[in-house]
Amino acid sequence: MSKTIHILQLYPNEMNIYGDHGNVLVLRRRLEWHGYSPIVTEYNVGDSFPKTVDIVIGGGGQDSGQEKIHKDLLKIAPKLRALANDGVPMLVVCGLYQLFGKFFQTSKNHRLEGACILDIETFGSNERLIGNTITTTEEFGDIIGYENHSGQTKLGEDAVPLATVLKGAGNNATDGHEGARYKNVIGTYLHGSILPKNPLLADFLIETAVTHRYGAFTPKAIDDGFAEKARGVATQRPR
Amino acid sequence: MVHMPHPFIILLGKVVRALARLRGGGSALPGLFVERLDPQFIKKTLAQLPEGVVVISGTNGKTTTTKMVVSLLEAHGLKVFTNRTGSNFTRGVAAALLKDVDLGGHLDADVAVLELDEAHAVKFVEAVQPRHSLILNVMRDQLDRFGEIDATASLLAKLAKSSSQSVVLNREDPRVRRIALELKDQQVSYFGLSDDLLQHFPNDDDLRNQSVKTTKRPTAEVLLSTYKGDQATFTISNKKYETSLKITGVYNVFNSAAAIALAKNILGDDFDAPKTITALSQVTPAFGRGEVFIVDEQPLELVLVKNPSGFRLGLKSFPATGYATMIAINDNYADGRDMSWLWDVEFDALSKAGVATVTGIRAYDMALRLQYDEVPIADVTTDISAALRRFIVQNKTLPKRIYCTYTAMLAIRKDLRKSTNVEAVS
Repeated sequence: MSKTIHILQLYPNEMNIYGDHGNVLVLRRRLEWHGYSPIVTEYNVGDSFPKTVDIVIGGGGQDSGQEKIHKDLLKIAPKLRALANDGVPMLVVCGLYQLFGKFFQTSKNHRLEGACILDIETFGSNERLIGNTITTTEEFGDIIGYENHSGQTKLGEDAVPLATVLKGAGNNATDGHEGARYKNVIGTYLHGSILPKNPLLADFLIETAVTHRYGAFTPKAIDDGFAEKARGVATQRPR
Repeated sequence: MVHMPHPFIILLGKVVRALARLRGGGSALPGLFVERLDPQFIKKTLAQLPEGVVVISGTNGKTTTTKMVVSLLEAHGLKVFTNRTGSNFTRGVAAALLKDVDLGGHLDADVAVLELDEAHAVKFVEAVQPRHSLILNVMRDQLDRFGEIDATASLLAKLAKSSSQSVVLNREDPRVRRIALELKDQQVSYFGLSDDLLQHFPNDDDLRNQSVKTTKRPTAEVLLSTYKGDQATFTISNKKYETSLKITGVYNVFNSAAAIALAKNILGDDFDAPKTITALSQVTPAFGRGEVFIVDEQPLELVLVKNPSGFRLGLKSFPATGYATMIAINDNYADGRDMSWLWDVEFDALSKAGVATVTGIRAYDMALRLQYDEVPIADVTTDISAALRRFIVQNKTLPKRIYCTYTAMLAIRKDLRKSTNVEAVS
C-alpha cells in the first residue's frame, strides 16, 4: 500500500476559469509517478472542511464567482491560516491569490475582505494585464505562464514576491515582480496552466507535502521532455 | 438619403480581393481595404435590403448555424447574402459584400444573414441595426481577447438589445437566457432541448458538474426532442417533425433548432415547417466543421476546435478507434494565445487508440497535455506541413481525423488543396 497524500481543491465549481484543473491533474499524476497515492477532495461552498489536508490548491474565477465564495472563504480562513503556519504547501492562482490577501477592492470601490494568509492588497482597475509572461526565481528557475487580470496587487511588508518579471506585467503594471510567498504558500497570477510547464514548482509542492506528512521524500525520475520543449516555445511567443 | 458607395472604391476592392485570392490569402485584407477607403460601405450597401439584416453570434457553432439559416431561407425562395467564409469579423462582411455587389453598389439579395464574433457584433450593430438576432451560447473561449465570460455575455446582450424586431435565445444557457430580462422592445423566443437530451449538453457552469439541473425554463418555440445516430426529432410550435440529418456533432444538431427558430422569425407567416425540415435534412457541414477530404482513397476529416466545450464535444461526437488521429494547435491571435483551455478538456477518449501526430506552434503544449492523460503519441513536430505529410504516409490505409485550431486548419487545408491525390467531398 503506497502512501497517500490528500489534495484539497478549493471551490472548483466557481474558481476554475483558466485551466485550473490542469494544476490538480499535474499534482495527481506526478504523485502517482513518484509512487504515492493522491486523493483529491473538492471543497465547495457549504461543504465540511476535511480533516486531513496535505496540499491546498485553488484557481481563478470571474468577479461573480469570487463574490459567491467570499463568505465561505472567510469562514474557513482560520483553518487555512493554521495549515499555512504549520508549513502545508498551497498554490493559489489569480482569483484565489487575490482573496488569500488582505482585501480585494473592486473598481467600484466595493471591498471584499480576504483570508489574510498573504500580506497583499489588490485593487481592481480598468486596465487588463494580458499575455504570455516569463518570470525568474532563485528556487524554481524561470516560471513561465500566461496572465489575464485587471486586479493590481501590492505587496505588504510581510510578503515576499515569488518572482521577478522578465516579460509581462506580474502583480501590477509598475513594480516588476510577480506573485507572493509566505512559508510554503505560493500565490501567483500565472496560469496556462502553471504547473504543467513548471515541473520544478509542482515537485516543490509535492516534496514539501510528502516531507511534511512522512518526514522524507524519495522522488522517481519523470520525463519532462515535453515540458522543457513547451517552455522553449512559450518564451518565443508574442505577448 | 443614403449614398451608394463609389464605383471606383468597389472596383478597387474587387481587384484587391482577386489578388488576395490568387495568393491564397484570407478574406480579411480586401475588406480592410474598402473599410479604410469608405467606412460607410457596409452600412450603405446593407441598407438596401428589403428584409433587412440578421445577426448570429455566440461562442460555438456560428458558421454551421448561419449556413443552416441561409439554406432554410433559400428553400422559401429568399435571396440571401451571407459571409460564407467563416471570417466573422466586420472586415469579413465587407469582403463578402465586395464579391456580391455590382459596380453601382447594388446588392442583389432580399436579406443579409451574418455571423459575427461577439466583440465585432457590438461594433457592427453600432453601424447597422439588425432586424433579427440569434444568440447561441456563451462558453469560455479566447478569454484573453474578451476578458471574462460574463463580459462576453454582456456584449451579446448589447447585440440583442439593438435588434429592431426579434431575438432568439438559447433556453439552456443561463447566461443567454438571462439576456431576456434586458429586452423590452423585441419579440423574444427560445430554442431548447428536451429534459432527456439536456444531460448531454452541459453549459459552461455545468462543464465540471456531473448532474445537470433541470431548473424551470421558459417554453421553447423550437425544441430538439430526440437525437440518435443521424435521426432527430424537432418540436416546432408543439408539433413534432422527424428527419435524418447530414450535419454531425451533437452541438450542430442542437443549433439546427436555433436555425429553425430564427428562420421562423424572419419568414413570419411565410414559414412552412415541412419545407424547413426537408431543407434542413440536406444541409452539409460548413467550412472546416467536419469537412471531409479523400486522401489516398481514405477519408480525412477536419474538426475545428477552438475552446474546451467544442473540443470535448468533438471528442464525444466521433469515435477514435479505427481512425488515425492528428491534433494541430496554433496560438495565433485568431486561435487565442492562452493555452489554459487545453487543460479543461479530457483526452481519455484517445488513450486507447493513441494520437499519431501532434503539431502546430504549440505542439509541445498539446503533447504535454496528452502526457498527463497518459495518451500515447507517435510523432510530435511544430512544422504543420511536415507533420501532415508524415501523418498521411504513415497511416495510409486508415481513415483520418485532424482536430485543429482555426489558423492550423487554414494551413492544413492549403496543403491538402495543393496535393494532387486529394479530393474535397464536402
